[in-house]
Amino acid sequence: MERDAGRSMFDTDELVINMGPQHPATHGVLRVVLKLDGEKVVDADVVIGYLHRGVEKLTENRDWTQIVLLTDRLDYVASAAANLAYVETVEKLMSIEVPRRARYVRTILAELQRLASHLVWLGSHAMDIGAITVFLYCLRERELILDLFEEYCGARLTYNSMRIGGLPQDVPSGWLPKVLRFCDVQEEKLAEYETLLTHNRIWLQRTRGIGAITGQAAIAVGLCGPSLRGSGVPRDVRKDEPYAAYDEIPFDIAVGANGDTYDRYLVRLEEMRQSMRIVRQAVEGLPEGPVMAKVPRLIKPPAGETYHANESPKGEIGFFIASDGRSTSPYRLRVRPPSFCNLQALPQLVRGHLVADVIAIIGTIDIVLGEVDR
Amino acid sequence: MIDLIVLPLIKIVFVLTGVLITVMYLVLLERKVQAWVQARLGPMRVGPHGVLQPIADVVKLFVKEDVTPVRAEKWVFTLAPIIVLVPSLIAFAVIPFGPEVNLFGRPVPLYITDLNVGLLYIVSVAAIGVYGIILGGWSSNSKYPLLGSLRSSAQLISYELAVTLTFVSVILAAGSLSMVQIVEAQHANGVWFAFVQPVALFIYGVGALAETNRNPFDLPEAESELVAGFHTEYSGMRFALFFLAEYTNMIVVSAVATTLFFGGWLRPFPNVEWLSFLGLVPAWIWFTLKTFALLYVFLWIRATLPRYRYDQLMQLGWKWLIPLAIANIVVTAAVKVILGS
Amino acid sequence: MGEAIAFYTFAAMILGFGVLVITARNTVHSVLFLVANFLFVAALYVLLGAQFLAVIQVIVYAGGIVVLYLFVVMLVNLKRPPEAHRDRRRKTGLGLAFSLVILAEVVAIAVFGIVQPAQLAAPKAPLPPEAANNIEQVGWMLYTQYLVPFEVASMLLLVAMVGAIVLARREL
Repeated sequence: MERDAGRSMFDTDELVINMGPQHPATHGVLRVVLKLDGEKVVDADVVIGYLHRGVEKLTENRDWTQIVLLTDRLDYVASAAANLAYVETVEKLMSIEVPRRARYVRTILAELQRLASHLVWLGSHAMDIGAITVFLYCLRERELILDLFEEYCGARLTYNSMRIGGLPQDVPSGWLPKVLRFCDVQEEKLAEYETLLTHNRIWLQRTRGIGAITGQAAIAVGLCGPSLRGSGVPRDVRKDEPYAAYDEIPFDIAVGANGDTYDRYLVRLEEMRQSMRIVRQAVEGLPEGPVMAKVPRLIKPPAGETYHANESPKGEIGFFIASDGRSTSPYRLRVRPPSFCNLQALPQLVRGHLVADVIAIIGTIDIVLGEVDR
Repeated sequence: MIDLIVLPLIKIVFVLTGVLITVMYLVLLERKVQAWVQARLGPMRVGPHGVLQPIADVVKLFVKEDVTPVRAEKWVFTLAPIIVLVPSLIAFAVIPFGPEVNLFGRPVPLYITDLNVGLLYIVSVAAIGVYGIILGGWSSNSKYPLLGSLRSSAQLISYELAVTLTFVSVILAAGSLSMVQIVEAQHANGVWFAFVQPVALFIYGVGALAETNRNPFDLPEAESELVAGFHTEYSGMRFALFFLAEYTNMIVVSAVATTLFFGGWLRPFPNVEWLSFLGLVPAWIWFTLKTFALLYVFLWIRATLPRYRYDQLMQLGWKWLIPLAIANIVVTAAVKVILGS
Repeated sequence: MGEAIAFYTFAAMILGFGVLVITARNTVHSVLFLVANFLFVAALYVLLGAQFLAVIQVIVYAGGIVVLYLFVVMLVNLKRPPEAHRDRRRKTGLGLAFSLVILAEVVAIAVFGIVQPAQLAAPKAPLPPEAANNIEQVGWMLYTQYLVPFEVASMLLLVAMVGAIVLARREL
C-alpha cells in the first residue's frame, strides 16, 4: 500500500482527542480539541461559546442600573469585581465623584472577592491534580466569605453589590469585626494549604516547568492578571491605574520568576496574603461619611464613550461603554474579559506537554466560562 | 476426611464471608475517613451514621440496568470483572490469620492452607489479575477504555516487579517462602521485619499503592483525567465486581504487609514476658487490628497527596524502586553472609 | 486413584485448550485459551510435587509472557492475512512436506529412545542435602550443575531487553 511505503514499522499516526464540553476538569463548558502524538500534545484547538447568553446585546435593552445584575453573571465566581468595574466605568463617563467611605468599602468587597475567587481556583486546581482534600478546605473558608457577603447584600453568588455612584447600603453593624476575624482565620488556613502543597514533591513534579511562558511571549499573546505576573511582568491595574481606594492603601504585588504553573500558584497565594493585608488596612482606616454620591434618579450618561479597567482576580477586566446621551440604555457595551484573553494562550502553553498536563494548565490559567463566552 | 475436606471448606466459607463484608464496610470506611479529613461527615442518612450505606450500595448496583456496548464481546465483557475479582479472593487462601488454636478438642490452624511457596502463590495470583484489566478495556470496544486499560496494566506489571523484589529480601531475612514460617521467623527473631528491612517496607508500600491503583498512582482511573479508565463502559453488577476487586486487593495487600513486616498475628513484643497480658487478646484480633491500621494509611494517603502523571509514575517504578529493591537484596544477602546466620 | 482422575482431567484440558488456541477465529480468544492451557500445566506440576515450578509457570508464562502476547495482539491489526503464497496447491504441498519431515523426526527420536535408552550422566556437582525442599533443590541445581546455562540465559534476557529499548526509542 502506498501509505505504508515510506513509513517504518514504528511510525504512529496523530490522534485527535476531544475534551469536553462536559468534563470534570474544564471548569465549565469548555471544549478543547487536542492533537496528540502518542502522549505529547502537538496542538490544541479551543472551542468556546457553549455558555454564550448574549450579555452584551442584552445590555442594550436594560437601563444602566439593571446592567449591574448582568455583570454579576459574567465571572460568577467573582461577581463583585465585575460589578465594580462596570459602575466605575459609568461613573467615569458621568464624571461622578464617589465618596471616600464608599471607595474604601468597595475595596474591602473587591479584595474579599479576590480571596473567594482564589480559594475556588486553588481548590479546583489542586483537585484536578489529585489533592482532593484541599478543595474542601478552600470551600470551607469560602463559606465564611459568602456569609459576609450575604450579610452585606443578601446574596451568596450574584451580589449586585455596587451602584452607580456608590453602594446600595452601608455596612451592617458588627460586619467589620467579622471581616477582621475572618482575615485571622484565613491567615492560619492559608498556612495549612501551603503545608499540603507548596513543598510536596508530587505537587512540585506536577507543576514545575509545566506551561511555562516568558514575559515577552505572555505580553505578546495578551495574558493578564496573575498569569502575566507569574512570568515576571509586574503589571497590576491596581498599581498602574489605581481605582477605588487602592491609591491610598499600600500593598505589594506578587511577581513570579519562571512563568510556570508553580510560579503562578505562588503568585496567587501571595496575592491572597496581600488581599488580607489590604482588607485589614481598609477596615482600620475606614472613613466616615455617606456611601452614595448625589446621582440623578434616572441615570443618563452624556454622549460619549469610555473604557475603564479593574484588576479582577482573573486579570484585567475592562468595560467599554458607548452612550448616545439620549436613551436609558447603552448604545454599546463591550466587556474585555480577562479569561477570554488568557484562554488565547492555551494552545501555546500546552504544546509539547503531555495529556495529563493539559488539565493542570487549564487550571493554572484560571478561567471562568461565564466570562469567556458572555 | 474431616481435616482434608470439611475443615478447609468451613474455613473458606468463613474467610470469604468475612472478606466480602469487610470489603463492603471498607468502602463505607473510606467515605467516612475521607469525609472526616475534609471537615465533613460522610454518609449519614442510611442507618445511624450511615452504617447501612453499603447495603444500599449493593442493592443499587444489583438493580441497575445492565448496559452492554453494542459491539462489545459479550463473553469477554462479562469475564473480565470475574478475572479481576477471583484472584484477589483466592489470595486469602495462604494468609495466616492466627496460629493453631484448639477448637472443639482438635487443633485447627487459623489459615486455610500453608503452602511452602505461599508468598510466590500470592505473586502468581496477582499476575493473573492483570488479565481482567486488559480484557475489561479491550472488550468495551472503545478506544479510550482500551488505552486506559493498557496503561493501567503496564503500571501494574512494572510495580509488581518492584514488589516481588522486596519479597526476595524478606525471604532472605526469614529463610522461607511460607507465610506461616515468615511469621514464626519474626517470633524467633523477636523483632518485626519492618525494623529489619525498612527499605523493603518502603518500596513495598509504594508498590502496593501502585498495584491497587490508589492515589497517588490512580491516574489511569481518575475522573478528571482525559483518557477514561478501563471500567468506563461497565455498569451495574459488573462494575460492582471491579469495585469489589479493587478493595479486596487493598485488603490482600495490607494483610500481606502485616504478615511480612508487622509480625502477622503476633502480639507486640511477643518475646517480652511482662507484656504477656497482651496475649489475652486473641491472635487473630491482633492481625485484624494491624491490617486495619495499614488500610487506614491507604485511606489517609488518598485524602492527602496529589496524583502522579503517568510517565512520572513509570519513571518512579523503573528508575528508582527497582534499582533500590535490587540494591536492598544485595545488601541483605551480604549482611546475612557476614553474620553467618 | 484420585491422582489418576486429576491427571486425566488436566491432560484433557491441556489438549483441549491447545486445540482451541490454534482453531479460534479471534486472536484474543486464542491468547486466552493459551493462558488457560498454561494454568492447567501448572496444575500438572503441582500433581508432580513441583509446587515451586508451578507458581513460576504461572508468574512467568501465564502472567508475563502471555500478557505480552496479549498487548501485541491488541495493538497490532492482525486481521490482514499474510500476502505471500496465495497459491492453494503450493500451500498444501509445502504444508504436507513440512509435516512429513517433523513426523519422521519424531518417529526417529522415539525409535532411538527405545533401542538405545539414554544413561543418566553422573552428576558433576554435589547433590543437594536430602532434607531440602523443592525450592532449595531447584536452587542448588541451578547454582551448581547448571550454573553456566543459567548465566547464559540471563545474558540472553539482557540482550533482548536492551534490543527492545533500542528499537522503541526513536530518539536514541
